[in-house]
Amino acid sequence: MATIKELSLQEDRLTGGHRMCPGCGAPVIVRQVLMAVKEPVVIVSATGCLEVSTTIFPYSAWKVPFLHSAFENSAATMSGVEAAYTSLKKQGKIKDEIRFIAFGGDGGTYDIGFQSLSGAMERGHDMLYVCYDNQAYMNTSIQRSGATPRGASTTTEPAGKVKQGKVMTRKDLTECMVAHNIPYAAQSVCGDWRDLTKKVEKAMSIRGPKFINVLQPCQLGWGYPMDKTVELGKTAVDTCFWPLYEVENGKYTISYKPKDKKPLVDFLKPQSRFRHLFKPENAQLLSELQADVDKKWALLQKKAECFGA
Amino acid sequence: MVQVVAKTGNEAMAEAMRQINPDVVAAYPITPATEIVMIFSQFVADGLVNTQYVPVESEHSAMSATIAASAAGARAMTGTSSQGLALMYELLPIASALRLPIVMPEVNRALSGPINIHNDHSDTFAARDFGWIQIFSENSQEAYDNMLQAVRIAEHPKVKLPTMVTTDGFIISHCLEKIEVFEDDVVKNYVGKFPAYTNLLDLKNPVTLGALDLQNYYFEHRRQTAEAMKSAKEIILEVGKDFGKKFGREYGFFEEYKMDDAEMAIVCLGSIAGSAKSVVDEYREKGVKVGLMKIRVYRPFPAEEIASVLERMKAVAVVEKADGLAAKGGPLFDEIRSALYDKKKKPSVIDFIVGLGGREVTHKHLNEIFDELKDLAATGIVKELIQYKGVR
Repeated sequence: MATIKELSLQEDRLTGGHRMCPGCGAPVIVRQVLMAVKEPVVIVSATGCLEVSTTIFPYSAWKVPFLHSAFENSAATMSGVEAAYTSLKKQGKIKDEIRFIAFGGDGGTYDIGFQSLSGAMERGHDMLYVCYDNQAYMNTSIQRSGATPRGASTTTEPAGKVKQGKVMTRKDLTECMVAHNIPYAAQSVCGDWRDLTKKVEKAMSIRGPKFINVLQPCQLGWGYPMDKTVELGKTAVDTCFWPLYEVENGKYTISYKPKDKKPLVDFLKPQSRFRHLFKPENAQLLSELQADVDKKWALLQKKAECFGA
Repeated sequence: MVQVVAKTGNEAMAEAMRQINPDVVAAYPITPATEIVMIFSQFVADGLVNTQYVPVESEHSAMSATIAASAAGARAMTGTSSQGLALMYELLPIASALRLPIVMPEVNRALSGPINIHNDHSDTFAARDFGWIQIFSENSQEAYDNMLQAVRIAEHPKVKLPTMVTTDGFIISHCLEKIEVFEDDVVKNYVGKFPAYTNLLDLKNPVTLGALDLQNYYFEHRRQTAEAMKSAKEIILEVGKDFGKKFGREYGFFEEYKMDDAEMAIVCLGSIAGSAKSVVDEYREKGVKVGLMKIRVYRPFPAEEIASVLERMKAVAVVEKADGLAAKGGPLFDEIRSALYDKKKKPSVIDFIVGLGGREVTHKHLNEIFDELKDLAATGIVKELIQYKGVR
């Protein structure tokens, strides 16, 4: 695995000067992902924060080939790029060894792009799909998505007098990808460069479809000071709200087990989207959310134990 | 050089695709276009093509993957019909905005709802303003010829636009006809090498495609697409003429049948032209000076060229298989009438909406249309501007 010094020497493939928000975790994720890839890469992105902020015509922050087509088709789009590459390579028209990475936010991945992602994973294209999961439609002002956690207030499922934010629990997309029997599926976080780059390196060593779900704190949508992105990412992991793990050919490995699992409120408290949960009348809901995290964490550990972890 | 074979419209189009030998095909089954995909998949399975075939999970992904493959420097194709095309609508203008020369067979079928699998032109008419060239075919031979020409048109440096070639669902797609096909090498030479104007895989010249285009550039880019569409007209004629020289069948924007001395005309497109021509013959025998204009190229719409022929008529009847549902007639009528508006001397134009959802357009229907056209030419009195023929 590369050291941080070695990684820092890599040429930037996504340059600065783009228009992502200050404190945004998405470009941090993208840069770390791209640092971990030695080979030439071609990028596809779904419509979303990342795309609209890095490619405002006539400017582009991308120093590598980049294609955006629509919102829900980033995986299908990469299927086409990869098919073209495979065909042209077989015909001897291309010699380069190229890696293919598709990015999508949680809206473009969990929701509108879910079918396209599922199809691409099932067909076995050689690509890495990275979801930068900030748990709502942040580009269009914080609407709820399938990734929004229960209890979070969003602009389309806000907390009010009779409703306490999102009613349902979030979709577990990483497990959906595991169920596709792809060679590699993992969860990582913005805030642990070592974990993310290691996982990308491993993914790049595998041919076939790979998926990494990266939790990305969003200062705008989550409501916290912009210098706390990395810290909040780490807290999500330390509370086991967002466990770091990987599933390689069906084998579960937990990448990091917190020595002292922190209470969920440590993660919820600094974010304004959960502010209403701390009213006395919502104590029950808060304890249900903690119980849900505990149950899922226990289940994940059991799965890992099955494989001798 | 030429082989005479029996092929359905779908077989003819699949055969053209095999000979074109695209680098990538991404497709999804849909009646009545499914056969094209099935036949082509067999070509792939038998190693008869170099194509990387992507069996996608929807037409939306079919068009997405085709756009991406084309952007990656590959000759890319897909095929679809009706609901499948409708699912692609979001992406069709993205293909033209990126100026990707995709060629797509499209088997015309009625749009839902109610759900119906049979022929009319509501699917491609609804896609008329997406910057795709649209070429209609009367029969399997034309479908085959149009597919080959479509490659030359779409990939021409002055055009660089996606092109769909249509046939009428079941009426052409599933009907066995005698057609001429060319030898593989002849087609290979005819279509030539794919000019990868856009190449995402060119690592030395990294490009950003599909950038966010706001108030200060979007307008110009749309205008450029419109200009490309306009310049496609010249190329369509050039390719059609050249095809005639090489293979003996010349093509233009439309076919004129007994129009030289005609005083009145039927305008239609697709398979209906076959029956309508025989009715023209009957009325000609009775001494009625009627002719037929079969529109082949619906986009870019050859408005001036159509008008310069039809302005000589006393009366025109547009016969079309699509309805604007309370627009001013069907889409073809609307545009033909508008094209004639600036002419000093212009014919009366009436519209007949026929054959929706595969309803048979009979000889009797056509006779009634011709009789009404004859009356209109004689009296100049429009009894009913827009009529439904064959509806109960």
